[in-house]
Amino acid sequence: MAVITMREALNQAMREEMQRDGNIFLMGEEVAAYQGAYKVSKGLLEEFGDKRVIDSPITELGFAGLGVGAAMAGLRPVIEFMTFNFSILATDQIINSAAKMLYMSGGQFKIPIVFRGPNGSAYQVSSQHSQAMESWYAHFPGLKVVMPSTPADAKGLLKSAIRDDDPVIFLEQERMYGIKGEVPDEEDFTIPLGQADIKREGTDATIVARSLTVPLALKAAEELEKMGVSCEVIDPRTIRPLDIKTIIESVKKTNRVVVAEESHSFCGVGAEISAQIAEQAFDYLDAPVRRISGADAPMPYAKNLEKLALPDVEKIVAAVREVAYLD
Amino acid sequence: MQLIFKSMSELKVIPMRPRGKDEPPPPNSNFNGQAEVTDAIDPIALKQEHEQRKSEQQERIEDTERETLIGMLRQMILIRRFEEKSAEGYSLGKIGGFCHLYIGQEAVAVGAMAALRPDDYLLTSYRDHGHAIAKGMSAEEVMAELYGKAGGCSAGKGGSMHLFDGDINFLGGHGIVGGQIPLATGVAFATKYKGTDQVTLCFFGEAAVNQGAFHESLNMAQLWKLPCIYVCENNQYGMGTSLERAMSLQDVSQKACAYDIASEFVDGMDVLAVRDAVGRAVKRARESSLPSLLEIRTYRFMGHSMSDPGNYRTRAEIEKHQERDPVKLFTQNLKEKNLIADAQLADIEKSVREEVERTVQFAEQSPEPAPEELYTHVYSTVSSEQ
Repeated sequence: MAVITMREALNQAMREEMQRDGNIFLMGEEVAAYQGAYKVSKGLLEEFGDKRVIDSPITELGFAGLGVGAAMAGLRPVIEFMTFNFSILATDQIINSAAKMLYMSGGQFKIPIVFRGPNGSAYQVSSQHSQAMESWYAHFPGLKVVMPSTPADAKGLLKSAIRDDDPVIFLEQERMYGIKGEVPDEEDFTIPLGQADIKREGTDATIVARSLTVPLALKAAEELEKMGVSCEVIDPRTIRPLDIKTIIESVKKTNRVVVAEESHSFCGVGAEISAQIAEQAFDYLDAPVRRISGADAPMPYAKNLEKLALPDVEKIVAAVREVAYLD
Repeated sequence: MQLIFKSMSELKVIPMRPRGKDEPPPPNSNFNGQAEVTDAIDPIALKQEHEQRKSEQQERIEDTERETLIGMLRQMILIRRFEEKSAEGYSLGKIGGFCHLYIGQEAVAVGAMAALRPDDYLLTSYRDHGHAIAKGMSAEEVMAELYGKAGGCSAGKGGSMHLFDGDINFLGGHGIVGGQIPLATGVAFATKYKGTDQVTLCFFGEAAVNQGAFHESLNMAQLWKLPCIYVCENNQYGMGTSLERAMSLQDVSQKACAYDIASEFVDGMDVLAVRDAVGRAVKRARESSLPSLLEIRTYRFMGHSMSDPGNYRTRAEIEKHQERDPVKLFTQNLKEKNLIADAQLADIEKSVREEVERTVQFAEQSPEPAPEELYTHVYSTVSSEQ
């Protein structure tokens, strides 16, 4: 297996899918000539030409809606947001058009579109450029929401997302484009949407983590192992549809849960997972579900405050110790 | 406010021109120095203008096959009677939610569709019954949709505002003001991408012109030379807010010059003027893959929706516009040209009424959607129930 970066894995996924299907095009700000603000689309313009790799004006509502319309007429757009902060301008087209078109047309118009780009915190870019949007999109039936945490997951899930006939919100993480990992060499490697992955098996506590918090949870699990606590780390990978079954199975085994996320906690994905655990596995819990989330404040600029606002290994370790009644 | 059309312009690009330092801004109501909107109405000038308009329509009638003319008249009458029946159904509680009627605007949809090929695409707003019927959707399925029945064109899930029919490339009524404009731009993008010569017609009201979606779309359409025709049906009111209370520059067609797009101002009460103007835009789109913006001045005779008390305009204003009722105008002209006799007109009315009655029967008899339909079509492949 080749060891590549997250960025390269995403690039491979798009390249391979575009080679396979001429109806796929990539549109977004700086995706073509500039090769992508985060270089995820590097080389695609050269290979596929400006008919299929298209620099858009800074007009998020416009090109998101253009993508949905193109999907109605039979194309399979991949729409890149330079960051998902800017997708807020496009939410009318994502939520009112993409998510509902199949339903309100009585099943006539599928919208096979992927909206992708970096989500979550970056480095010291303050409030408007550092926020995690998954709970917004996961809230609405009609959308699928994907959040990979490894290069292999990124590649396999993006290929599935592009092949999917429904609109998919594909959330990459701004801080994770450079992380490396093994990616299977097989030509048609895909990972189905809606399947969680057990990133580490354990018996004493379950940590449900996604995107940025998965490497943090794994590091926390290593440290907890030294303290005699065996942690299972589950990455749902897809927020919608959510593989709650895998999480519940783990809870039944460990009886203790920590959800780690960088998004705000209020009305968040962690809140949803906690609620479903309470509904489906209440009797198996030996402690209340504990959430480690981003601070309930806009992201600050100052380095020390930014660090305080985000989940980290220490916070996850402390939370697991808390649900294990070790302190 | 009254409208006086001095003359019509052909489809063209109005060049942007910087205003001279001492030059006063152009009056808001001027369209290319040719059409004028004014509060102080000169009844004689208005009458003369109506006469001129009438003679222009008669000239267009002379250039058109009789069968085509009669077909267009029948469609306009069908939409009028269908909408009257919709209002009745709404009053009876058979139709719920929001119901936006097209009465007064029939010439726009019927005229525009006469310039389209059946495989061309159409998207519109929530005021979509007229466009759907004109595009060729089964009026029965439209009525069943208004009734929320399984036999409706959107299986009872869309309702009045969300009519869809993939078989005739009717890509929907859309409920967010201006939301369909980027979508239509994308459909035009797709046809160009695939190399077909289909054109996309996008209808919206003048209030949508104030939305960012309009401006973002026109910019992209001209940037990428997309075969999309943006048809602004200017009925002069965004719900209860008049054009002049909502728009700083009220000549919608002139906004095209900001995007270097060809535009035209069209009398929306003349079905043949609409057909000809849309025809010119279609030619531009089909042959040169270029977008156009048409401002079609029309007027809705009913409220914004069925729940509109209408206290923002006077009865007299409505009646003034009803003098140029597009159906009446066209009928009179056809009569004067001896292309239709009273007896034949009565036959059309009779067959239309029967057809509309059939739509009600169809809607009444169509079953309600089955309860399990609540969770179908949320996703294309899996049930949303987890």
